[in-house]
Amino acid sequence: MRAPDMDAGVTAGDVLLAVENVSLRFGGVKAITDVSFDIRKGEIRAIIGPNGAGKTSMLNVINGFYHPQDGRITFKGRTRSKMRPYVAASQGIARTFQNVALFKGMTTLDNIMAGRTLKMRRGFFWQMLRHGPAMAEEIEHRKVVEEIIDFLEIEAIRKVPVGRLPYGLQKRVELGRALAMEPELLLLDEPMAGMNLEEKEDMCRFILDVNSQFGTTIALIEHDMGVVMDLSDRVVVLEYGRKIADGVPDEVKSNQAVIDAYLGVPH
Amino acid sequence: MDILYNIFIDPFVQMGSAPDLFVQTLWEGLVSGVLYALIALGFVLIFKASGVFNFAQGIMVVFAALTLVGLYEAGVPAILALVLTIGVMFVLAVGVERIVLRPLVNQPDIILFMATFGLTYFLIGFGELVFGGNPKVMITDELYLPRGSVEFEMLGGFVSLQKIDITAAVIASIMVASLAVFFQKTRIGRALRAVADSHKAALSVGISLNQIWIIVWFTAGIVALATGIMWGARSEVSFALQIIALKALPVLILGGFTSVPGAIVGGLIIGVGEKLGEFYWGPLVGSGIESWLAYVIALGFLLFRPQGLFGEKIIERI
Repeated sequence: MRAPDMDAGVTAGDVLLAVENVSLRFGGVKAITDVSFDIRKGEIRAIIGPNGAGKTSMLNVINGFYHPQDGRITFKGRTRSKMRPYVAASQGIARTFQNVALFKGMTTLDNIMAGRTLKMRRGFFWQMLRHGPAMAEEIEHRKVVEEIIDFLEIEAIRKVPVGRLPYGLQKRVELGRALAMEPELLLLDEPMAGMNLEEKEDMCRFILDVNSQFGTTIALIEHDMGVVMDLSDRVVVLEYGRKIADGVPDEVKSNQAVIDAYLGVPH
Repeated sequence: MDILYNIFIDPFVQMGSAPDLFVQTLWEGLVSGVLYALIALGFVLIFKASGVFNFAQGIMVVFAALTLVGLYEAGVPAILALVLTIGVMFVLAVGVERIVLRPLVNQPDIILFMATFGLTYFLIGFGELVFGGNPKVMITDELYLPRGSVEFEMLGGFVSLQKIDITAAVIASIMVASLAVFFQKTRIGRALRAVADSHKAALSVGISLNQIWIIVWFTAGIVALATGIMWGARSEVSFALQIIALKALPVLILGGFTSVPGAIVGGLIIGVGEKLGEFYWGPLVGSGIESWLAYVIALGFLLFRPQGLFGEKIIERI
């Protein structure tokens, strides 16, 4: 697997993605109110907060599933009022989902190959023929996918329909599909939810390896505070759709507003 | 004992004593099986790519055939009419995507299913408005489709095959083979299956739902046109044809809703089962079993193998 191409404009440490004053409402329900933060190239950025704080909504805004009413999103130096899923994917934003969204009837291999969709460009006609360039292309991408499968240590389940896999492995396949896109920014929505300790440790290792080996920038939502504080370079904290803290893990840990949000305050 | 003899022994004695008749019946079964398979193929295509049972597939067959004949009757040369009809099916695919599917992204499947009902009644009304309600005759000769029959002398008798039936079998086989490969082995095929499984996951890897839906409805439209021509050539082009489309249901249950090869095998089993059943076992219950035997076979399958012969077995975790 190759590291994603470094854009001339964005090198390590620069701002890769910034959301500014984003607000998102569903009718009268305010999911996100006036939130701004940024993600720097090469870092692991955690988004935390109590249930219903708007964390997943924030990821949905970043990859274009939700369109905010106000605010701007700047990715790789281009500012937009909203993302579209296709634009986000083709610009290098990949993601996984809280409740695993895999193609259940398809095999592990096909699921991860689906992640290569945007990298494969041979037209309809060649594909029908299954010959010449389309075949060569298929083989070339299969190679990349096999490397990802090795990396995630899921060789044994290559041909198994993912609907039959245990939850922990499904999460791993989903990560593999996102990696197949060779993303610059990887959004992980609770990558460790519902896992046992061993599975969590594996997943932590994969996340760190992805970050260090491929230089992929990662934004993750996670409830396990131990994991968050260990993994992330910086943490942003949301509560009721507002940002209440932002900084390195130690700062955030000792922030009174964060402690109140998690433990509750006497009224 | 007489009853048991009539059910289990006598039909096979008959088959053995008049093998030419058996082959003739078998052939007729295979031919109607191919036509069922063609219709089922249209259903499978859309089911695979959107997880929706497209109730409108039957009327699409009628609509495609009507458009072709209607254009010819309006003075358009036959081959040009065929090309134009393909164009109409493309416009229909784009229209369905824009007006029906796009506003319903991420809705439950049942909503999309109901939307195909709406589409059915729209196409019935629109078809009747434009082409009238009278049955039409398929322009078989003008499309250079063969007519008449060939006879073989075999097994001590004669077996006659309609040339149009042979053509239908060849065309159906080519279509099924290429679609099966296309679905299993290519990027677009994979994208089609991905969209069927999860809209949001497909979106997240950059698959364009709109493009996929147009491709799949257009392909289903082409299959509908082929079915309409073949079926129209055997009987006539009328709105009654869409009822026959319901025969695709047992075929799908047998073959599996998600399998292209399943559609053809299911079609053949149902077709052959119907004809043989009618010919050899029908007299026992005063005939007429051709119309319901398919559903009984399907019911049996639902009990023992609900995903069909070739369907994907998906285990839901609870």
